[in-house]
Amino acid sequence: MARLTLDDLKKIKEKQKATFTLREGGYRAKITVHMGTCGIAAGAREIMTALMDEISEAGVEDVITTTSGCAGLCAREPMVTVEILNKPPVKYGDLTDKKIKEIFREHVLGGNPVEKYALVIGSETTY
Amino acid sequence: MEKYRANLLMCAGTGCVASGTPKVRDALKAELEKRGLAEEIKIVLTGCNGFCAEGPVMLVYPEEIFYQNLTVEEIPKLVEEHFLKGRPYEKLMFKDIEKKHAIPLMNDIPFFKHQVLRVLRNKGLIDPESIEEYIARDGYMAAAKALNEMTPADIIKIIKDAGLRGRGGAGFPTGLKWEFASKSEADQKYMLCNGDEGDPGAFMDRSVMEADPHSVIEGMIIGAKAIGASKGVIYVRAEYPLAVERLQKAIEICTESGILGDNILGSDFSFDLEIYLGAGAFVCGEETALMRSIEGQRGMPRPRPPFPAHKGLWDKPSVLNNVETLAQIAPTILNGAEWYRTLGTEKSAGTKVFALTGDIRNVGLVEVPMGIPLRTIIYDIGGGINKKKKKFKSVQMGGPSGGCIPESLLDIPVTYEDIIKTGAIMGSGGMVVMDEDTCMVSTAKFFLEFTADESCGKCTPCRVGTRVMLDMLTDITEGRGREGDIETLEDLSRDIIATSLCGLGQTAPNPVLSTIRYFRHEYEAHIKEHWCHAGICSNLCSFHINEELCKGCGACLRGCPQQAVVGEKKKPHRIIQELCIQCRTCYDACKFGSIEIRPAVRKKTTEPAAKDEGVKQ
Repeated sequence: MARLTLDDLKKIKEKQKATFTLREGGYRAKITVHMGTCGIAAGAREIMTALMDEISEAGVEDVITTTSGCAGLCAREPMVTVEILNKPPVKYGDLTDKKIKEIFREHVLGGNPVEKYALVIGSETTY
Repeated sequence: MEKYRANLLMCAGTGCVASGTPKVRDALKAELEKRGLAEEIKIVLTGCNGFCAEGPVMLVYPEEIFYQNLTVEEIPKLVEEHFLKGRPYEKLMFKDIEKKHAIPLMNDIPFFKHQVLRVLRNKGLIDPESIEEYIARDGYMAAAKALNEMTPADIIKIIKDAGLRGRGGAGFPTGLKWEFASKSEADQKYMLCNGDEGDPGAFMDRSVMEADPHSVIEGMIIGAKAIGASKGVIYVRAEYPLAVERLQKAIEICTESGILGDNILGSDFSFDLEIYLGAGAFVCGEETALMRSIEGQRGMPRPRPPFPAHKGLWDKPSVLNNVETLAQIAPTILNGAEWYRTLGTEKSAGTKVFALTGDIRNVGLVEVPMGIPLRTIIYDIGGGINKKKKKFKSVQMGGPSGGCIPESLLDIPVTYEDIIKTGAIMGSGGMVVMDEDTCMVSTAKFFLEFTADESCGKCTPCRVGTRVMLDMLTDITEGRGREGDIETLEDLSRDIIATSLCGLGQTAPNPVLSTIRYFRHEYEAHIKEHWCHAGICSNLCSFHINEELCKGCGACLRGCPQQAVVGEKKKPHRIIQELCIQCRTCYDACKFGSIEIRPAVRKKTTEPAAKDEGVKQ
């Protein structure tokens, strides 16, 4: 990466913000697997593997999967956050291979949040 | 209380803040002032409404009108129409109210509702290994501002005005610390980060380093500019491999992209940063010991003064800040001291991150504005005790340097000053919740075992004193306690606190003192009645089945490793005391609460008990 200046920071920020909020880039959904030490210990890697398998099996290309740190509710790990374009994020907890597959099919592909596994809708208070 | 004609609830959820809540709020505030409405209409920032895609959103009370996609440009029109002319501004009104979600909103769940994320602003949101995602969340904008537009004095002034206090435990004002080091003259200074989180039950710093390593680095760059340091070290314990890995990657990418190294972000400021792995000694969290450890010496504290701000690492002026402190520097520089003070109290400004563990339902990491009642954290956010039927007994705050707070004090606000009055300390933020099955003498013993082990041995009060106290506590928990032990413990505690060299020894007796203060009856029951009411000290209890409550289900019988439980199915069972080893298996297995804990029925120890006076058989 080239040495950054303030202008570069601003450009990266604008560009990233767009993909971040799914507003550009042609993505329809983003799935964040929470991989802090707590998540990994509870089986987040297996969830990620199961998710990657599902995605390649379904052959979809407009879904981003990414990792992030602890979501805070360590007691309910493994957790993922599913964001669909123009919808508020949904957090799921206590996941297993089977549950994540169901969530992928119902929520990511079908557009209907899986109520029985969902913990909460929306984003946290910052600022 | 002032009365307002209308309340404007603006969403400050991550989504809305990203799409512009702060700017819209400022514009709205200015417009209301311009129109002379500031006295009548109040703006309140609230949690997420779940309409993130339409953000920024705002709910107007009392009419309950919902506005979406607010922009700075639309604000004058909206204020004129709605608040001057009294006509809701239809253009921005939310039209089709979506059918109610079956999934609860953030605001419906106490765990999320009471939290405000500043330190954890990127928690679970960004890929910690991607600098671009950090930049997308305003990352390094504060560093760019500090390096290109601000003098060290400007930076220090913001941090001082904000009232930011060190989150490592002692709560020393960060701005002052920076000012001292800034004024020290030297050819070399050091900016250090303390990632040697060592309190049992605390994992805030680990989580920040894992989830958002760049926030720590950015805080260090700004601090380095403030004090004039060109080198920095992050001291992390080697037991945090994921944190080390992510910090290492973050430093590499920063060095490649000119955010560390020479002429950072096009400025004339240069700063190099490296990681030093600690071997996990608790005392190395003490600043002077930590610096000796980085120098390659044995991690032992030295007397202060000289303070590290004058003579620190390699005898050069140094500042050591905790991870959580550093992670909130960047937003404070960007948003200003006044913003920082919108949360918290006068003397304890801002938010604090707590690690909730123990017998609590929502084990996890939470960030709350300081000043909220302890009860809210434990019962609303934490969800209360994790087992039905069990009652809360105490919450341990501040780890081995802290103390146990009883139920009767749960309504105190969480601030540095109020917590210290209870005999505990804010500490780094570990909160271990204990239910009624906890023995407070054993709890004190646990923490003292820890400090006695971790004492570096340099000064006698700590090295010998903690050991003597531990021996006494061991005696009490094993049935060899004597009258007068409690007073001796109190006496010893005072001496150790007064004469120890460093914070470790000066605070080590706190768990003992606070448990004596609030749970003296438990100590007395152990010593005088040979009765550990919680049934934890196996020499000081016996287990009995209440025949009226026993349903004869056999759960205890099946679990007992000693075959000490006898009885026929569906008839009351009985425990043969001669066989029982007080392992509690039956107590934990019984669903009907029929197992009772009574005083010891026989002596387990033969030899040392001979010296006891008045021991019940």
